[in-house]
Amino acid sequence: MAKVLVVTSGKGGVGKTTSTAALGAALAQAGKKVVVVDFDVGLRNLDLVLGAERRVVFDLINVVQGVAKLPQALIRDKRLENLWLLPASQTRDKDALTEEGISRVIAELRPNFDYILCDSPAGIERGATLAMRFADEAIIVTNPEVSSVRDSDRIIGMLDSKTVKAERGERVAKHVLITRYDPARAARGEMLSIDDVLEILATPLLGIIPESQDVLRASNVGSPVTLNSPASSPARAYTDATRRLLGETVAMTVPAQRVGLMNRLLGRRAA
Amino acid sequence: MKLLRFFSGRPASASVARERLQILLAHERGLLGQPDLVLRLREEILAAVSRHVALDPDKVIVRLDRGEHVSTLEVDIEVPNAPALAAAG
Repeated sequence: MAKVLVVTSGKGGVGKTTSTAALGAALAQAGKKVVVVDFDVGLRNLDLVLGAERRVVFDLINVVQGVAKLPQALIRDKRLENLWLLPASQTRDKDALTEEGISRVIAELRPNFDYILCDSPAGIERGATLAMRFADEAIIVTNPEVSSVRDSDRIIGMLDSKTVKAERGERVAKHVLITRYDPARAARGEMLSIDDVLEILATPLLGIIPESQDVLRASNVGSPVTLNSPASSPARAYTDATRRLLGETVAMTVPAQRVGLMNRLLGRRAA
Repeated sequence: MKLLRFFSGRPASASVARERLQILLAHERGLLGQPDLVLRLREEILAAVSRHVALDPDKVIVRLDRGEHVSTLEVDIEVPNAPALAAAG
Protein backbone atom coordinates (compact mmCIF):
# COMPACT_ATOMS: atom_id res chain seq x y z
CA MET A 1 0.00 0.00 0.00
CA ALA A 2 1.42 3.32 -1.06
CA LYS A 3 2.34 6.20 1.16
CA VAL A 4 0.77 9.45 -0.05
CA LEU A 5 3.11 12.45 0.05
CA VAL A 6 2.10 15.97 -0.83
CA VAL A 7 4.70 18.47 -2.01
CA THR A 8 3.33 21.86 -1.03
CA SER A 9 4.40 25.42 -0.19
CA GLY A 10 1.67 28.02 -0.39
CA LYS A 11 3.90 30.37 -2.33
CA GLY A 12 4.55 29.87 -6.01
CA GLY A 13 7.94 29.63 -7.63
CA VAL A 14 9.76 28.05 -4.68
CA GLY A 15 10.55 24.79 -6.47
CA LYS A 16 7.63 22.43 -5.81
CA THR A 17 7.50 20.90 -9.28
CA THR A 18 11.27 20.50 -9.70
CA SER A 19 11.39 19.00 -6.19
CA THR A 20 8.52 16.60 -6.95
CA ALA A 21 10.33 15.46 -10.09
CA ALA A 22 13.69 15.10 -8.35
CA LEU A 23 12.34 13.30 -5.28
CA GLY A 24 10.10 11.08 -7.40
CA ALA A 25 13.03 10.13 -9.62
CA ALA A 26 15.32 9.55 -6.63
CA LEU A 27 12.72 7.30 -4.98
CA ALA A 28 12.39 5.35 -8.23
CA GLN A 29 16.18 5.14 -8.49
CA ALA A 30 16.14 3.69 -4.96
CA GLY A 31 13.93 0.88 -6.28
CA LYS A 32 10.54 2.16 -5.10
CA LYS A 33 7.53 2.14 -7.40
CA VAL A 34 6.49 5.78 -7.65
CA VAL A 35 3.71 7.77 -9.25
CA VAL A 36 3.87 11.56 -9.35
CA VAL A 37 0.48 13.25 -9.66
CA ASP A 38 0.18 16.80 -10.96
CA PHE A 39 -2.66 18.63 -9.20
CA ASP A 40 -2.03 21.95 -10.93
CA VAL A 41 -5.19 22.09 -13.01
CA GLY A 42 -4.89 24.56 -15.86
CA LEU A 43 -1.14 25.06 -15.46
CA ARG A 44 0.36 21.61 -15.80
CA ASN A 45 4.13 21.59 -15.74
CA LEU A 46 5.27 18.39 -14.10
CA ASP A 47 5.05 16.63 -17.48
CA LEU A 48 7.39 19.25 -18.93
CA VAL A 49 9.95 18.96 -16.13
CA LEU A 50 9.87 15.17 -16.55
CA GLY A 51 10.17 15.40 -20.34
CA ALA A 52 6.84 13.66 -20.94
CA GLU A 53 4.91 16.64 -22.34
CA ARG A 54 4.45 15.10 -25.78
CA ARG A 55 3.18 11.81 -24.42
CA VAL A 56 0.17 13.20 -22.53
CA VAL A 57 -3.08 11.82 -23.94
CA PHE A 58 -5.40 11.57 -20.95
CA ASP A 59 -5.09 13.39 -17.65
CA LEU A 60 -6.25 13.42 -14.05
CA ILE A 61 -9.56 15.12 -14.83
CA ASN A 62 -10.32 12.64 -17.62
CA VAL A 63 -9.88 9.87 -15.04
CA VAL A 64 -11.94 11.69 -12.39
CA GLN A 65 -14.75 12.24 -14.87
CA GLY A 66 -14.65 8.67 -16.16
CA VAL A 67 -13.59 9.65 -19.70
CA ALA A 68 -10.46 7.51 -19.36
CA LYS A 69 -9.36 4.64 -17.16
CA LEU A 70 -6.46 5.22 -14.81
CA PRO A 71 -3.98 2.94 -16.70
CA GLN A 72 -4.70 4.90 -19.90
CA ALA A 73 -3.69 8.17 -18.26
CA LEU A 74 -0.55 6.95 -16.47
CA ILE A 75 2.67 7.70 -18.35
CA ARG A 76 5.66 5.53 -17.63
CA ASP A 77 9.02 7.31 -17.57
CA LYS A 78 11.29 6.31 -20.45
CA ARG A 79 14.43 6.26 -18.31
CA LEU A 80 13.20 4.95 -14.97
CA GLU A 81 10.88 1.98 -15.21
CA ASN A 82 9.69 2.53 -11.63
CA LEU A 83 8.48 6.08 -12.24
CA TRP A 84 5.02 7.01 -13.51
CA LEU A 85 3.27 10.31 -14.11
CA LEU A 86 -0.39 11.20 -13.85
CA PRO A 87 -0.55 14.57 -15.60
CA ALA A 88 -2.81 17.51 -14.77
CA SER A 89 -5.36 18.83 -17.18
CA GLN A 90 -5.00 21.97 -19.27
CA THR A 91 -8.63 22.82 -18.71
CA ARG A 92 -9.41 26.01 -16.86
CA ASP A 93 -12.37 24.48 -15.08
CA LYS A 94 -11.00 24.14 -11.58
CA ASP A 95 -14.25 22.61 -10.34
CA ALA A 96 -13.65 19.54 -12.50
CA LEU A 97 -11.62 18.11 -9.63
CA THR A 98 -13.83 16.81 -6.87
CA GLU A 99 -12.82 15.40 -3.53
CA GLU A 100 -14.78 12.25 -4.23
CA GLY A 101 -13.04 11.85 -7.60
CA ILE A 102 -9.55 12.37 -6.15
CA SER A 103 -10.38 9.95 -3.37
CA ARG A 104 -11.22 7.28 -5.96
CA VAL A 105 -8.03 7.90 -7.95
CA ILE A 106 -5.82 7.74 -4.83
CA ALA A 107 -7.59 4.56 -3.68
CA GLU A 108 -6.97 2.98 -7.08
CA LEU A 109 -3.29 3.99 -7.08
CA ARG A 110 -2.54 2.90 -3.50
CA PRO A 111 -2.32 -0.89 -3.96
CA ASN A 112 -0.12 -0.54 -7.06
CA PHE A 113 2.61 1.80 -5.85
CA ASP A 114 5.00 2.36 -2.95
CA TYR A 115 4.80 6.14 -3.14
CA ILE A 116 2.23 8.59 -4.48
CA LEU A 117 3.72 12.09 -4.77
CA CYS A 118 1.15 14.86 -5.16
CA ASP A 119 2.51 18.05 -6.69
CA SER A 120 0.34 20.79 -5.22
CA PRO A 121 -0.51 24.01 -7.03
CA ALA A 122 0.51 27.25 -5.35
CA GLY A 123 -1.97 29.11 -3.18
CA ILE A 124 -4.41 27.95 -0.53
CA GLU A 125 -7.39 27.44 -2.79
CA ARG A 126 -9.24 24.31 -3.74
CA GLY A 127 -6.41 22.78 -5.78
CA ALA A 128 -3.95 23.00 -2.90
CA THR A 129 -6.44 21.70 -0.34
CA LEU A 130 -7.32 18.76 -2.61
CA ALA A 131 -3.64 17.93 -3.20
CA MET A 132 -3.03 17.65 0.56
CA ARG A 133 -6.41 16.14 1.46
CA PHE A 134 -5.37 12.46 1.49
CA ALA A 135 -1.71 12.92 2.45
CA ASP A 136 0.05 10.69 4.96
CA GLU A 137 3.10 12.92 4.86
CA ALA A 138 3.88 16.40 3.62
CA ILE A 139 6.99 18.01 2.23
CA ILE A 140 6.82 21.75 2.67
CA VAL A 141 9.08 23.43 0.14
CA THR A 142 10.40 26.69 1.57
CA ASN A 143 12.84 29.33 0.40
CA PRO A 144 14.78 31.15 3.15
CA GLU A 145 12.84 34.32 2.51
CA VAL A 146 10.06 36.05 4.48
CA SER A 147 7.08 35.57 2.16
CA SER A 148 7.86 31.91 1.55
CA VAL A 149 8.25 31.17 5.27
CA ARG A 150 5.02 32.98 6.05
CA ASP A 151 3.12 30.98 3.45
CA SER A 152 4.72 27.72 4.63
CA ASP A 153 3.48 28.48 8.13
CA ARG A 154 0.00 28.94 6.74
CA ILE A 155 0.19 25.64 4.86
CA ILE A 156 1.43 23.83 7.99
CA GLY A 157 -1.68 25.10 9.77
CA MET A 158 -3.83 23.70 6.97
CA LEU A 159 -2.06 20.33 7.03
CA ASP A 160 -2.90 20.12 10.72
CA SER A 161 -6.56 20.95 10.22
CA LYS A 162 -7.84 20.34 6.70
CA THR A 163 -6.51 16.87 5.85
CA VAL A 164 -8.43 13.62 6.28
CA LYS A 165 -5.75 12.44 8.72
CA ALA A 166 -6.09 15.59 10.83
CA GLU A 167 -9.86 15.24 10.90
CA ARG A 168 -9.43 11.68 12.19
CA GLY A 169 -7.31 13.05 15.00
CA GLU A 170 -4.10 11.70 13.49
CA ARG A 171 -1.08 13.72 12.38
CA VAL A 172 0.26 14.23 8.91
CA ALA A 173 4.06 13.80 9.22
CA LYS A 174 5.67 17.02 8.03
CA HIS A 175 9.12 17.81 6.65
CA VAL A 176 10.60 21.10 5.52
CA LEU A 177 12.67 21.06 2.35
CA ILE A 178 14.66 24.26 2.01
CA THR A 179 15.30 25.09 -1.63
CA ARG A 180 17.15 27.83 -3.51
CA TYR A 181 19.53 28.23 -0.58
CA ASP A 182 22.35 30.66 -1.37
CA PRO A 183 25.34 30.00 0.92
CA ALA A 184 27.09 33.25 0.02
CA ARG A 185 24.09 35.39 0.94
CA ALA A 186 23.48 33.33 4.08
CA ALA A 187 27.10 33.88 5.13
CA ARG A 188 26.65 37.63 4.72
CA GLY A 189 23.56 37.55 6.92
CA GLU A 190 21.38 38.63 4.00
CA MET A 191 19.29 35.50 3.96
CA LEU A 192 17.35 33.82 6.73
CA SER A 193 19.52 31.06 8.14
CA ILE A 194 18.47 27.41 8.15
CA ASP A 195 18.11 27.63 11.93
CA ASP A 196 15.86 30.69 11.66
CA VAL A 197 13.53 28.92 9.22
CA LEU A 198 13.38 25.73 11.28
CA GLU A 199 12.83 27.57 14.53
CA ILE A 200 10.01 29.63 13.06
CA LEU A 201 8.28 26.69 11.38
CA ALA A 202 9.00 24.22 14.21
CA THR A 203 9.11 21.40 11.67
CA PRO A 204 11.94 18.92 11.05
CA LEU A 205 14.32 19.46 8.15
CA LEU A 206 14.35 17.01 5.25
CA GLY A 207 17.12 18.61 3.22
CA ILE A 208 18.75 21.78 1.95
CA ILE A 209 18.90 22.23 -1.81
CA PRO A 210 21.33 24.90 -2.96
CA GLU A 211 20.38 27.48 -5.60
CA SER A 212 21.95 26.01 -8.71
CA GLN A 213 22.08 26.24 -12.48
CA ASP A 214 21.91 22.45 -12.58
CA VAL A 215 18.25 22.52 -11.53
CA LEU A 216 17.34 24.93 -14.33
CA ARG A 217 19.36 22.94 -16.87
CA ALA A 218 17.57 19.75 -15.81
CA SER A 219 14.17 21.42 -16.33
CA ASN A 220 15.33 22.76 -19.69
CA VAL A 221 16.01 19.28 -21.01
CA GLY A 222 13.10 17.61 -19.21
CA SER A 223 15.07 15.33 -16.95
CA PRO A 224 14.96 15.35 -13.14
CA VAL A 225 18.19 16.75 -11.72
CA THR A 226 19.00 13.47 -9.92
CA LEU A 227 19.09 11.81 -13.36
CA ASN A 228 20.46 14.64 -15.43
CA SER A 229 23.47 15.52 -13.30
CA PRO A 230 23.61 13.00 -10.44
CA ALA A 231 26.95 14.30 -9.18
CA SER A 232 25.79 17.92 -8.85
CA SER A 233 25.23 19.37 -5.40
CA PRO A 234 21.42 19.76 -5.78
CA ALA A 235 21.14 16.16 -7.04
CA ARG A 236 23.14 14.91 -4.06
CA ALA A 237 20.98 16.99 -1.72
CA TYR A 238 17.80 15.53 -3.24
CA THR A 239 19.23 12.01 -3.00
CA ASP A 240 20.08 12.55 0.68
CA ALA A 241 16.59 13.96 1.31
CA THR A 242 15.10 10.88 -0.33
CA ARG A 243 17.16 8.56 1.85
CA ARG A 244 15.87 10.43 4.91
CA LEU A 245 12.31 9.98 3.62
CA LEU A 246 13.03 6.25 3.44
CA GLY A 247 14.00 6.30 7.09
CA GLU A 248 17.78 6.35 6.82
CA THR A 249 19.85 8.62 9.02
CA VAL A 250 21.95 10.80 6.75
CA ALA A 251 24.11 13.62 8.07
CA MET A 252 22.79 17.03 7.01
CA THR A 253 25.20 18.94 4.81
CA VAL A 254 24.71 22.68 4.60
CA PRO A 255 25.76 23.82 1.14
CA ALA A 256 29.02 25.70 1.57
CA GLN A 257 30.21 28.75 -0.22
CA ARG A 258 32.67 28.05 -2.98
CA VAL A 259 35.82 30.01 -2.25
CA GLY A 260 37.57 31.06 -5.43
CA LEU A 261 41.17 30.19 -6.13
CA MET A 262 42.34 33.79 -5.82
CA ASN A 263 40.70 34.18 -2.43
CA ARG A 264 42.16 30.91 -1.29
CA LEU A 265 45.63 32.02 -2.35
CA LEU A 266 45.14 35.29 -0.54
CA GLY A 267 44.04 33.36 2.52
CA ARG A 268 40.57 34.89 2.66
CA ARG A 269 37.90 32.82 4.26
CA ALA A 270 34.22 32.98 3.64
CA ALA A 271 32.72 35.12 6.40
CA MET B 1 31.93 40.60 7.85
CA LYS B 2 30.64 40.56 11.40
CA LEU B 3 33.20 43.19 12.39
CA LEU B 4 32.15 45.40 9.53
CA ARG B 5 28.56 45.08 10.62
CA PHE B 6 29.53 45.90 14.19
CA PHE B 7 31.13 49.14 13.08
CA SER B 8 28.40 50.14 10.67
CA GLY B 9 25.85 49.62 13.44
CA ARG B 10 23.36 48.11 11.02
CA PRO B 11 22.01 44.64 11.70
CA ALA B 12 22.17 42.20 8.81
CA SER B 13 18.84 42.04 7.05
CA ALA B 14 18.36 38.36 7.91
CA SER B 15 17.90 39.12 11.60
CA VAL B 16 15.43 41.87 10.75
CA ALA B 17 13.55 39.38 8.57
CA ARG B 18 13.50 36.86 11.38
CA GLU B 19 12.06 39.28 13.92
CA ARG B 20 9.43 40.62 11.54
CA LEU B 21 8.38 37.09 10.69
CA GLN B 22 8.15 36.04 14.32
CA ILE B 23 5.96 38.99 15.26
CA LEU B 24 3.77 38.52 12.21
CA LEU B 25 3.34 34.77 12.63
CA ALA B 26 2.70 35.02 16.34
CA HIS B 27 -0.08 37.38 15.35
CA GLU B 28 -1.40 35.14 12.59
CA ARG B 29 -1.22 31.87 14.46
CA GLY B 30 -3.16 33.23 17.38
CA LEU B 31 -1.24 31.96 20.37
CA LEU B 32 -3.64 30.15 22.71
CA GLY B 33 -6.52 31.10 20.48
CA GLN B 34 -6.01 34.82 20.89
CA PRO B 35 -5.13 36.17 17.48
CA ASP B 36 -3.50 39.42 18.57
CA LEU B 37 -2.09 38.45 21.94
CA VAL B 38 1.49 39.41 21.14
CA LEU B 39 0.48 42.79 19.79
CA ARG B 40 -1.78 43.46 22.77
CA LEU B 41 0.91 42.37 25.20
CA ARG B 42 3.40 44.63 23.48
CA GLU B 43 1.07 47.61 23.70
CA GLU B 44 0.21 47.02 27.34
CA ILE B 45 3.81 46.44 28.38
CA LEU B 46 4.79 49.59 26.51
CA ALA B 47 2.04 51.55 28.24
CA ALA B 48 2.97 50.22 31.69
CA VAL B 49 6.67 50.97 31.35
CA SER B 50 6.03 54.34 29.68
CA ARG B 51 4.22 55.56 32.79
CA HIS B 52 7.57 55.55 34.57
CA VAL B 53 10.21 55.82 31.88
CA ALA B 54 10.40 57.76 28.62
CA LEU B 55 10.56 55.00 26.06
CA ASP B 56 11.20 54.83 22.39
CA PRO B 57 8.40 52.50 21.19
CA ASP B 58 10.79 51.01 18.65
CA LYS B 59 13.06 49.83 21.47
CA VAL B 60 10.44 47.45 22.78
CA ILE B 61 10.77 44.03 21.25
CA VAL B 62 8.32 41.28 22.08
CA ARG B 63 9.42 37.96 20.64
CA LEU B 64 7.53 34.72 20.65
CA ASP B 65 9.33 31.45 20.01
CA ARG B 66 7.09 28.54 19.26
CA GLY B 67 8.31 25.14 20.33
CA GLU B 68 6.73 21.73 20.03
CA HIS B 69 5.23 21.82 23.55
CA VAL B 70 6.16 25.14 25.08
CA SER B 71 6.34 28.60 23.61
CA THR B 72 8.48 31.31 25.17
CA LEU B 73 7.66 34.98 25.27
CA GLU B 74 10.73 37.19 25.35
CA VAL B 75 10.37 40.88 26.16
CA ASP B 76 13.35 43.09 25.41
CA ILE B 77 13.10 46.74 26.43
CA GLU B 78 15.86 49.24 25.96
CA VAL B 79 15.66 51.80 28.76
CA PRO B 80 17.43 55.12 28.33
CA ASN B 81 20.06 56.20 30.87
CA ALA B 82 19.79 58.63 33.82
CA PRO B 83 19.43 62.02 32.05
CA ALA B 84 16.48 60.76 30.06
CA LEU B 85 15.01 59.18 33.19
CA ALA B 86 15.22 62.45 35.06
CA ALA B 87 13.48 64.22 32.21
CA ALA B 88 10.72 61.67 32.30
CA GLY B 89 10.33 61.82 36.09
